[in-house]
Amino acid sequence: MAKAILPPGESRRARGFATFDEPPPPLLVDGAGRPDFAAIRDTAEFRELRRRTRVFVLPAVLGFLTWYLTYVLASAYAAEFMSGKVVGEINVGVVLGLLQFVSTLALTTAYARYARRQIDPQVAAVRALTAQERP
Amino acid sequence: MIGEDTALNLGVFAVFAVITLFVLYRVGSRSARASDYFAAGSSFTGPQNGVALSGDFLSAASFLGIAGSIAVNGYDGFLYSVGWVVSWLLGLMIVAERLRNTGRFTLGDVLAFRMRQRPVRAAAANVTLVISLFYMIAQVVGAGGLIALLLDVRTAGGQALVFAVVGAVMVLYVLVGGMKGTTWVQIIKAVLLLLCVTLMTAFVLGKFGFSLSSVLETATTKTPLGPEVLEPGVRYGGSPLAGLDFVSLALALVLGTVSLPHVLTRFYSVPNAREARRSVVWATWTMAAFYLCTLVIGYGALALVGSDAIKNAPGGENSAAPLLAFRIGGVVLLGIVCAVAFAAILAVVAGLTLTASASFAHDVYANVVKRGKADPRSEVRVARLTAVAIGLAAIGGAIAANGQNVAFLVGLAFALAASANLSTIVYSMFWKRFNTNGTLWAIYGGLGSCVLLIAFSPAVSGLKTSVFPDVDFALFPLENPGLVSIPLSFLCGWLGTVLSHEVADPDKQAELEVRSLTGIGSGLR
Repeated sequence: MAKAILPPGESRRARGFATFDEPPPPLLVDGAGRPDFAAIRDTAEFRELRRRTRVFVLPAVLGFLTWYLTYVLASAYAAEFMSGKVVGEINVGVVLGLLQFVSTLALTTAYARYARRQIDPQVAAVRALTAQERP
Repeated sequence: MIGEDTALNLGVFAVFAVITLFVLYRVGSRSARASDYFAAGSSFTGPQNGVALSGDFLSAASFLGIAGSIAVNGYDGFLYSVGWVVSWLLGLMIVAERLRNTGRFTLGDVLAFRMRQRPVRAAAANVTLVISLFYMIAQVVGAGGLIALLLDVRTAGGQALVFAVVGAVMVLYVLVGGMKGTTWVQIIKAVLLLLCVTLMTAFVLGKFGFSLSSVLETATTKTPLGPEVLEPGVRYGGSPLAGLDFVSLALALVLGTVSLPHVLTRFYSVPNAREARRSVVWATWTMAAFYLCTLVIGYGALALVGSDAIKNAPGGENSAAPLLAFRIGGVVLLGIVCAVAFAAILAVVAGLTLTASASFAHDVYANVVKRGKADPRSEVRVARLTAVAIGLAAIGGAIAANGQNVAFLVGLAFALAASANLSTIVYSMFWKRFNTNGTLWAIYGGLGSCVLLIAFSPAVSGLKTSVFPDVDFALFPLENPGLVSIPLSFLCGWLGTVLSHEVADPDKQAELEVRSLTGIGSGLR
């Protein structure tokens, strides 16, 4: 759980020599060491985390749902088109279905990479506000 | 033909069952604490848990059901494969990390987080019980069909006996193992199942010169449908209404996965959100490979076995994959495939029973009945008793639903899950005003409407293929209710919130928002 509040003067952001005239930022925890969630939610760090998550997840989810439902609707109501042969006996429907597999794997990889590079460091930054840093 | 080598089939199966039970016993005997029993002490790594997650998910429906559905209905059966792969994106991007950061053991932990505890926990547990029961009925039907095929049991009484034995073995698994044991069985089973389908796929493709096109071409000659089997519309075609049924099923498949209680609890058996994410990534790759193979196995079964032989076998459509195994590898491969499929079913059923019983013990017994003051040992005992009760109920349901395609039955469980859980998960994460009243309306509105629509659907009565073919009270035209009940549960959640005067607790809302994204306050590292 949260560590005790740091004593004054021991700045967590101390860098170089210019820090002594800057008061240390208080940890966002109450007297008992519990995190102050409302305060954390209003910090720039948390807003940035929320923004980064939303910027990727919202378009990605809407995008893949639209693409999937298009495929389903085409199968249900455009059977002629979906039955058109592409190679040998393989038709448009099977190709589009397999492309759903490809797009799912591509998006999974893209999200895992984005989360590792953009979200995880920001989570660590927010957790640092309560001294719940990840090892 | 198949019944002759019963002894060999059963031998292969028995060896496998003994090995898995032994593994369970070894890892399970150390599980004493409640967190060990329910969430494996959160000790699994992402990749391990990812394979176990695919093990949880790759049930009888995926292996027996899809293969059968493709072999008989062609292209329309392929929808299951596509929907179930795509559905993992929701789990990855919206549910897995937030759930791990927020809860401990059950779905109720998350849904009740910022609501009044007792009614919401009780509702979450009720939903979990109903969904698990539906899902388990499908699994027991699959297992029953499999054994009926192996032993050539064609009488209803004999199959009922098979169901009873399956139920007993399954309860034994759960009682002995707990979550840790179940996780290891899922891992072993997922690996074996993948090996099995990969080998069968390679074999089928090899027989046709590694050309999918010529598999499909031969398939068209083995069915009365002819080339139509490759086109959309065999099962869900002919009218705009049938098209709607297809869309409804598609919606339930893509939204149901991340609403299934036993999939959700699987996110708790890892130590933190990053591992939860990794486990979904692993699961997605594993499952994409698996479902790719189901396409070849389904059409391969049609090409090599033929649709008449499949329809006339004990177990019906569900026996397409085992019949294909018999055709390409003789009685030994049949034995192995059946053993793996059977283990798959047992493991899934064990996972389900465990989730449902954990939910009842943790949410209803510990938090509602004992008001959070239950002794952990009695909590585990209540969970075990619940497991026995659910096992009995599932056996009864399976005897009634005998002969249905298991993928179709599981599709209903997906519709139930998406109707009851998805709206509440989404609202409670993303809508500040959402309150206890809204949660209850959404859960019971979605679940209730879904159960009613299933009861009055052609799946239950009116058609030759229904559970009750001789009577007709099918007032609702769609076999899968998802298209109606999922939006309805969102509507209920909104109405329930807007119409009540209760104000959502702003502190708890802030806590949930921060905690779900960062894990602060959860004690997770």
